[in-house]
Amino acid sequence: MTDFLGPAEWTALRLSVQVALCATLFSLPIGFAVAYALSRGDFFGRQALNVLVHLPLVMPPVVTGYLLLLGFGRTGPLGGLFEDLFGLVFAFRWTGAALAAGIMGFPLMVRAIRLSLDAIEPELEEAAGTLGASKLRVLCTVTLPLIWPGLLAGAVLGFAKGMGEFGATITFVSNIPGQTQTLALSINSLLEVPGGETLALRLAVLSIAIAAIAIALSEVLAARVVRRRSE
Amino acid sequence: MLQVDVRKEFDGFSLNAAFDAPNGITALFGPSGSGKTSVIRAVSGLLDCDQSTVRLGGRDMNGVPIHKRKLGYVYQNARLFPHMNVLKNLRYGGQVDEAQIVALLGLEPLLDRYPSSLSGGEAQRVALGRALMAGPELLLLDEPLSALDAPRKAEVLPYLEALRDQSDIPMLYVSHDMAEVARLARYIVIMNKGKVALSGGLETVLADPAAVPFVGVQDAGAVLTGRVVGHADDGLTKIETGAGAIWVPSSGGRGLGRAGGTVRVRVPAQDVILARSAPQGISALNVLPVFIETIEHGRGPSVIVGLKSNDTQLIARVTKRSAQTLELAVGDHVYAILKATAIAPTDVG
Repeated sequence: MTDFLGPAEWTALRLSVQVALCATLFSLPIGFAVAYALSRGDFFGRQALNVLVHLPLVMPPVVTGYLLLLGFGRTGPLGGLFEDLFGLVFAFRWTGAALAAGIMGFPLMVRAIRLSLDAIEPELEEAAGTLGASKLRVLCTVTLPLIWPGLLAGAVLGFAKGMGEFGATITFVSNIPGQTQTLALSINSLLEVPGGETLALRLAVLSIAIAAIAIALSEVLAARVVRRRSE
Repeated sequence: MLQVDVRKEFDGFSLNAAFDAPNGITALFGPSGSGKTSVIRAVSGLLDCDQSTVRLGGRDMNGVPIHKRKLGYVYQNARLFPHMNVLKNLRYGGQVDEAQIVALLGLEPLLDRYPSSLSGGEAQRVALGRALMAGPELLLLDEPLSALDAPRKAEVLPYLEALRDQSDIPMLYVSHDMAEVARLARYIVIMNKGKVALSGGLETVLADPAAVPFVGVQDAGAVLTGRVVGHADDGLTKIETGAGAIWVPSSGGRGLGRAGGTVRVRVPAQDVILARSAPQGISALNVLPVFIETIEHGRGPSVIVGLKSNDTQLIARVTKRSAQTLELAVGDHVYAILKATAIAPTDVG
C-alpha cells in the first residue's frame, strides 16, 4: 500500500484533506450567515453582496489568486492585519491554500444553503415565534434542523471544490511541496517530470474517489433525514 | 379582556378597527378582504400598524416582541414542525396542562407520529394543542377549519366547542362561515371594508336587522340558546328557548347530549314564515307567538322583520309584497312558523 504513492504524494493527499476541511469548517458559518442574509434579508446592498459572493465562480481563478496575493500577501492590507492581530500568515503557507480553497468554494456553498433556506416556509418560523421562541431559538430549533441537508450539501460541495482547487492556490501560495502542494498541484508537477504519469494517474483516481465518497455520504445522511420525517 | 384599536393604510385599503373582546370566543366575521386577518395579525404583532393600541387584561402590548406576548396562534394550515413528532410539536411552546390538553383534544394516539402522516383534522388538533400548551393569555384562531373538508370540519368542531366551554381567556376567531360562528362564538365583530360594522354579544348582533346586509341574506338569522328537554324516537329533539319550545333535528348520530344541556339553534331568517293567525292543519312543527319590533326595508324584494318574544329576538325575511298584504306593522302580534327540517344539523350544537 505504501508504495502505491511516494511519500511526497502522501503528504500532498494529507495536505489536501487538511486544507479542504479547514476551508469548509471556517467558511460554513460565514456561508450560512451570508445565505441567510440573501434569502431573508431586505437591506441596501443585498444585490451587491450577491454579486460579490458569486464573483469567484465566474472570475478566472488566477485573477482570484492574484487579488488574494494583493490583499492577503505579507505586505497586503488584510495580510498585515491578520499577522498583527492573530499572528496568522497566509502567504506561501498551507493556511493561504485553505483561504484560497474557501473563497473558491464559497459561492457553491452559499448557493446550496440559500436554496434550502428558500425552500422552507417562513410561516414555520413565524409560528415558532408566536409560541414564545426567540429569534435565536427559532434559528436553532426550526431553521437549522430543517435546512441541514442543504448545509451538508453546501459543505460537501465546498470540500470537493477545496480538494480540487488549482488556479487560485498556485497563484496565491505557489507550489511548495509539504507546505502548499495539494493534490491538484502535485498532479500538475508530476505531469511535468518524465515518468510521473503513473503516479499522476493514481492521484487522479484517488481524488475522484474522495470526492465521490463525500457526495455519497452526504446523500445517505440527507436521505436518512427525509426518511425519518416521512415515518 | 382584550382591547383593540388598530389603524393602517394599505395600498387602496384602510384598516381602522376598534373593539373589545371579553373572555371567551369573539368571532371576527366578514367577507374575504374585509380585514379580519389583518386585525389578528396586528393584535399578534406580526403586522406593523400606523397606530395601534392592543391591551390584554390592562397590559399594554405595544412594543412587546411577538415571542413575549404570550399568545397562541392557530392558522388555516397547521404549520406543524415537520422534523418533530407530535409530542415535541406540542411541547415546543411549553407544557402547561399537558395531560388535560392531550385528553381534551384526543391526542394520545398521535403523540409518536410525525406531521406528514397526520390527516388535516388531526394536524389542526395538534396545532390547537400546541398553542394551548404554551399557556397563552390570548388565543388567535385564523380560520382554523376553512382548509378542511366537511367531514374533517365535523371532526374538529366538537373539540373547539370543548375549548369554548373550558377556556376563559379571550379568543379571537376569524371566520367567514356563519354556521361555525353561531356555534362557537359568544361575541361577534362584523368587519366590512376594513372597519367594524357591528359588534357585541352574538345573539344581540345576529338578531339585529341592521346586521343583515353585512352577514348576507343567505346567512342572516338569529341564534337562540335553549335547554334540551328530551329526544323523541323519530329523530327530533325538543328544545326550550326563550321564545317557546321548538323541535329540531337531533343532529345525526351524535345527538345533542342529555336532557338539561344547553344548546344553540341558529334560525335562518329566510326560513321563518309569518302568519297573522295561529295556523291550523300545517306541517311545520314550530309555531311561536311573537310581536314585531322592527321592519327594515332593504333595496331588494324583501324586508327584514325583527321579532321579539319575551326577551328573545328572532329575525324573519319576507317579501315586501307579503309584508304589504299582511299589513305588518311594528307592535303587531304575529306567529313565526319554522320548519324543523329547515334547521340544518350544523346549526344546532
